Amino acid sequence: VATTTTALKGAGPVTGSRSFFSRLRDGDEIARLVTLLFAATVVLITAALVWELWVNSALPRQKFGFHFFVTSVWDPIVDQFGALPFIYGTMVTSAVALLIAVPLGIGAAIFLAELAPPRVSDTLQFFIDLLAAVPSVIYGLLGVFIVVPVMRTVIYPALNKPFGYLPIFKGPSYGVGFMTAGIVLAIMVIPYIISVSREVLLSVPRDQREAALALGSTRWESTWKVVVPFAKTGIMGSIFLALARALGETMAVTMVIGNTPKIAASLFAPGYSIAAVIANEFTEATGDLYLQSLIALGLVLFLLTFILNGLARILIVVTTQKGSEVGG
Amino acid sequence: MSSGRLRWRKFVSNFMLAMTGVCALVSVLVLFFILGYLLFNGGTSINWDFFTKLPKPVGEAGGGMANAIVGSGKILLLASLMGVPIGFLGGIYLAEFSGKGMASVVRYAADLLNGVPSIVIGIFAYSLVVLPFKHFSAYAGAFALGIMMIPITLRSTEEFLKSVPRMLREGAMALGASKWKTIASVIVPAAYRGIMTAILLALARVAGETAPLLFTAFGNRFESHGWSQPTATLPVMIYTYAVSPYDDWHRQAWAAGLVLLGLVLIINILARTILSRGIAVPRS
Repeated sequence: VATTTTALKGAGPVTGSRSFFSRLRDGDEIARLVTLLFAATVVLITAALVWELWVNSALPRQKFGFHFFVTSVWDPIVDQFGALPFIYGTMVTSAVALLIAVPLGIGAAIFLAELAPPRVSDTLQFFIDLLAAVPSVIYGLLGVFIVVPVMRTVIYPALNKPFGYLPIFKGPSYGVGFMTAGIVLAIMVIPYIISVSREVLLSVPRDQREAALALGSTRWESTWKVVVPFAKTGIMGSIFLALARALGETMAVTMVIGNTPKIAASLFAPGYSIAAVIANEFTEATGDLYLQSLIALGLVLFLLTFILNGLARILIVVTTQKGSEVGG
Repeated sequence: MSSGRLRWRKFVSNFMLAMTGVCALVSVLVLFFILGYLLFNGGTSINWDFFTKLPKPVGEAGGGMANAIVGSGKILLLASLMGVPIGFLGGIYLAEFSGKGMASVVRYAADLLNGVPSIVIGIFAYSLVVLPFKHFSAYAGAFALGIMMIPITLRSTEEFLKSVPRMLREGAMALGASKWKTIASVIVPAAYRGIMTAILLALARVAGETAPLLFTAFGNRFESHGWSQPTATLPVMIYTYAVSPYDDWHRQAWAAGLVLLGLVLIINILARTILSRGIAVPRS
């Protein structure tokens, strides 16, 4: 391999010694410049996106400052904009989603990576990939016509009767609300947790498992006490990825959360989320401050997902590298 | 005593492993449940009018979504014309021409773009395309979707080009081909299945996007001529019809849902079949 690399590198100086025009005629230089132009476009678009979000949210930043995040009055008529109800809604729905999706997703990933024969595992993974491809508006459609009625007639009575004294299960249910949105989100993010966790678990070196089994542990003990801890950081990464996805999800949440800018302790109460308020009010926003407050919410969403995605990527890379180092 | 303990550990092992199987089963069953429910509800709602008629005035039963089907097609075409060249040529730069510095900046930008929530992309397209022209348009919607196609196409093109065996490259160069000729006539053709797959997957992903179209392409109950009019699309129609109070609109939402899901899943399956018939390539 080393010799071929030097052979290729050796071609470099020959190309370099020719005049710029001869290289231009050859087309190499043109091809490089053209593709560079397109690659630079990607950087330009990303920079422009950040710039537009920042510049177009200047008004609320000047007028409200930090209060934007901690006040809960959202009243376009008197030009008061506080984002707290939306931030609360986004956080609560995402938390409910993760509470459901994490155990289910990791369980399924363990089955696919550790237990299922390769052929079965690949087939199931194919279906999981298809599940990830289902458009969010379809989840919203099913949410509106299936999850909302089931919530009102089955889940609400089942939780409210025995646990109604708890603040999170108190009060009436309209079908729509934090919990409904959380359930729909959970179904949407499960495929992400499964796919990434499965990859990470598969990258755990085989001798880790064999060593545990040789020491007399059962199959579950080797999985739970050796393989999963080895892949822990990567699994965390998959959870962060799912969280970023849940925070930014718009359509499915908008259709089932109830769109009421209130902070309520009850999970059955209707609420609102950052993405949902942007989707609902953007085209109706009159006045610069109103529109820019919505764009500021977009900026918040951007920053949150930016941080989470960055963390997720680092965690996943660290784990898979650890696997190849120990195993290699 | 010790055999009882062993029996208990074995029981726990079998029980927990069975539970993971249940988790996997539940997750996959959700897909079939979604498919079955849409097939049932959409299948009973769909009719020929759905594909050929325009929407009826509010409150009147009947009509279809011909304009939205055409609109989605127009916007997806325009989005591909924007997203695919940038992603593809940018990917060639990353795989073949780049030095270390510029490449990592481009990769970072693409990964960042890939993680941006689609509604935020919508805001960006609104402030860049809708505001200056003071008009919701197919252009604006396509701009938003085009941006979303770029990172997927870019990173996959890079991956697949890099996975082309070095021997092919050296063979072409040994025959005296210039670098770009090597790329155009040897490397890209060798990786084309993978690249096609990536483009199709990118298309499938944006085909179902609703949020970035809400305030870029907006919507329209009539046929939109040209590209600078507000344009109806299937996903936005599903959303509007599903949250409306009319039964007949609900019926049409199911029909549109079936058409959209069918389209997205068929593109996905097609893309994966193209890939699996080809050479062994890395997963993105």
